[in-house]
Amino acid sequence: MKENILIKNGRLIDPANERDGVFDVLIENGLIAKIGRGLKNNGATVIDAKNKIVAPGLIDVHVHLRQPGREDEETILSGCRAAIKGGFTAIACMPNTTPTCDGQATAKFIIDEAKRHKLAKVFPVGAITKKREGKELSEMAELKSSGCVALSDDGDSVPDASLMRRALEYASVFALPIFEHCEDKTLSEGGCVNEGFVSTLLGLKGIPNKSESIIIQRDIALAELTGGHIHISHVSTAEGAEAIRQAKQKGVRLSAEVTPHHLALTDACCKTFDTNTKVNPPLRTAEDVAALKKALQDGTIDIIASDHAPHLDSEKDLEYDQAPFGMIGLETTVAVAISELIEPKILSWPELIAKLTINPARLLGLDLGTLAEQKKADITIIDPEQKWTYNKEDIVSRSKNTPFIGWQFKGRVTECLVDGRIVLAGTCL
Amino acid sequence: MAKTSVKWTKKDLLGIEDLSPEEITLILDTAKSFKEVSERQVKKVPALRGKTIAHLFLEPSTRTRISFELAAKRLSADTIGVSGSGSSILKGETLKDTAKNIEAMKVDMIIVRHSSSGAPHALSKYVSAGVLNAGDGSHEHPTQALLDIFTIREKKGKVAGLNVSIIGDIAHSRVARSNIWGLLKLGANVTICGPKTLIPLGIEKLGVKVTYNLAEALAGADVVNVLRIQLERQKKGLFPTIREYIMNYGLTQEALGRFAKKDVLVMHPGPVNRGIEISQEVADGLSSVILEQVTNGVAIRMAAMFLLSQYKAGK
Repeated sequence: MKENILIKNGRLIDPANERDGVFDVLIENGLIAKIGRGLKNNGATVIDAKNKIVAPGLIDVHVHLRQPGREDEETILSGCRAAIKGGFTAIACMPNTTPTCDGQATAKFIIDEAKRHKLAKVFPVGAITKKREGKELSEMAELKSSGCVALSDDGDSVPDASLMRRALEYASVFALPIFEHCEDKTLSEGGCVNEGFVSTLLGLKGIPNKSESIIIQRDIALAELTGGHIHISHVSTAEGAEAIRQAKQKGVRLSAEVTPHHLALTDACCKTFDTNTKVNPPLRTAEDVAALKKALQDGTIDIIASDHAPHLDSEKDLEYDQAPFGMIGLETTVAVAISELIEPKILSWPELIAKLTINPARLLGLDLGTLAEQKKADITIIDPEQKWTYNKEDIVSRSKNTPFIGWQFKGRVTECLVDGRIVLAGTCL
Repeated sequence: MAKTSVKWTKKDLLGIEDLSPEEITLILDTAKSFKEVSERQVKKVPALRGKTIAHLFLEPSTRTRISFELAAKRLSADTIGVSGSGSSILKGETLKDTAKNIEAMKVDMIIVRHSSSGAPHALSKYVSAGVLNAGDGSHEHPTQALLDIFTIREKKGKVAGLNVSIIGDIAHSRVARSNIWGLLKLGANVTICGPKTLIPLGIEKLGVKVTYNLAEALAGADVVNVLRIQLERQKKGLFPTIREYIMNYGLTQEALGRFAKKDVLVMHPGPVNRGIEISQEVADGLSSVILEQVTNGVAIRMAAMFLLSQYKAGK
């Protein structure tokens, strides 16, 4: 028997059921037993959520856990701890591990390893092509039956249009969405920052906006041709957002995500040569940031995902053009989203929660992301007023590569429940 | 030249972008007094006696390296040269470790040449020693710009109001960027010229005029600074052939005679590809101040090192 829990007096936001109001949630045997007002505790452990937001457990569709292969940077355990600390009770992990997650052995290893720790639920994303080489399709049916929820060659686009067409056609048979990292490397090759005035000043090779939008447009065309489901990972450009908007208006089957760092930071941050600002796609201009926020607002972009990409200090302490791309994000996604989207009233709370719960759940085909009676009790509680400073020594992820260190935020995840178990209490794991 | 009242307050000299017009003028004025040292029988002053300067040249260089070493020696500093090619990563060491190791040997100043933009900036955060950028990637080459501007000022008596044209591969040129910053800060009008493939995006936002036509760049110019064209750029497809580059952007006596002012100054940061970006005649001609630039380079570097050491002394 698991302990019973009563979450009292919180503002319950469940966009899937269009619910937003003060409700109590009673959890029994790991399931949501009752949602209502003035529920009696009957010996249940009480969590007082007064002035807090009670949401379905958050879901991050874009995380790099690095295990197997780079356990020095992150492990499934440390990544799951970081996820919980940041409010994510479910995460999808990218296949660019060593070995690549392109078959049942790696997929099952990841799932088994995550289950052992009973923290965030981990859903592997399989590779579109074997070893992510962009040459031959991976065994997608087997990936699906091994527990993969989507396919991606993240880090690279599938360069060959014909192969991408086949991938979309074949994957659609198994209801697997294809996540595309949109970058024409013949256009961006060697670039390490956004191409524009900043790259010109710094003398660093730029990555043009068009290297992203050219592949987004190609993929839209292929989605139209095949009827397959394309999901655009980490949209970073105004052009990309506009292309997605137009395709959605035409009824193309398409979804898209944006990262918090592409909402909060611009390429001006790269002027310090701080390699923690080096991400792919690169930090873009203020105009791009404004376009991305508008695209979130009008529903063009469905999902906010961290693109949590751990790298050691020793890997980042290099020359800017030599350092690897990526920053961690699981522990700051909610806070950055609040400061960039809620505070300036770009999104309402239910709109933000939808982009962190039900939209990702639908993309991944998971029966999660909503709070209903008799469903598993995966719940995230957010204190929207709590002020806190993001200190390096408090980072749970094994890697500390983020330019947000030292930032002061308002709004913090305080509790997390997975299958009715409290895994984060008072912001502590 | 009137003495400026401004004092040097920086630990490092990383780029011209960070300098005020007064600081630029301070370096130029300081160099003026050091230039005379190299004319003496005994070419040495005790300004940096007891100081240790490391020359960390992680990219090939002849002229700049010799110039810095001579400058340090003429100031009586002890110097050590560390060379290598490419990134510190090739040696299996991070840039931070390289910096910390040099620091541990109690070096007072580090002169860095590096193929990666921003490497000296990263280095400067890791060490308390002064860092002097001797060229980083395609970013900045402050002492080259200073010696160019010093030469212009010496020859023309002023910088403000002059028309300076920079011709060639602007996109990959740290010399161009540092010159643009310095010349604009001192009030010159700057035109840049080259094929569109070698002009970086948005550079006009700095306040320079952009032209793809050599005749336009030469018309009315008081100074023409010709950049070295790196032959490997052609292989990367940035222009079709060297031959076509010469025909459109090569500075010849004929082009100079037809379009430029009689008293135009022709400059080149070196090393020169004779017969490519600049013809033999022009490089050795009456308008050319290429070797004077080299002479002035030593004085500028003495001035820069001296001023950085003053910052240390003041701490």
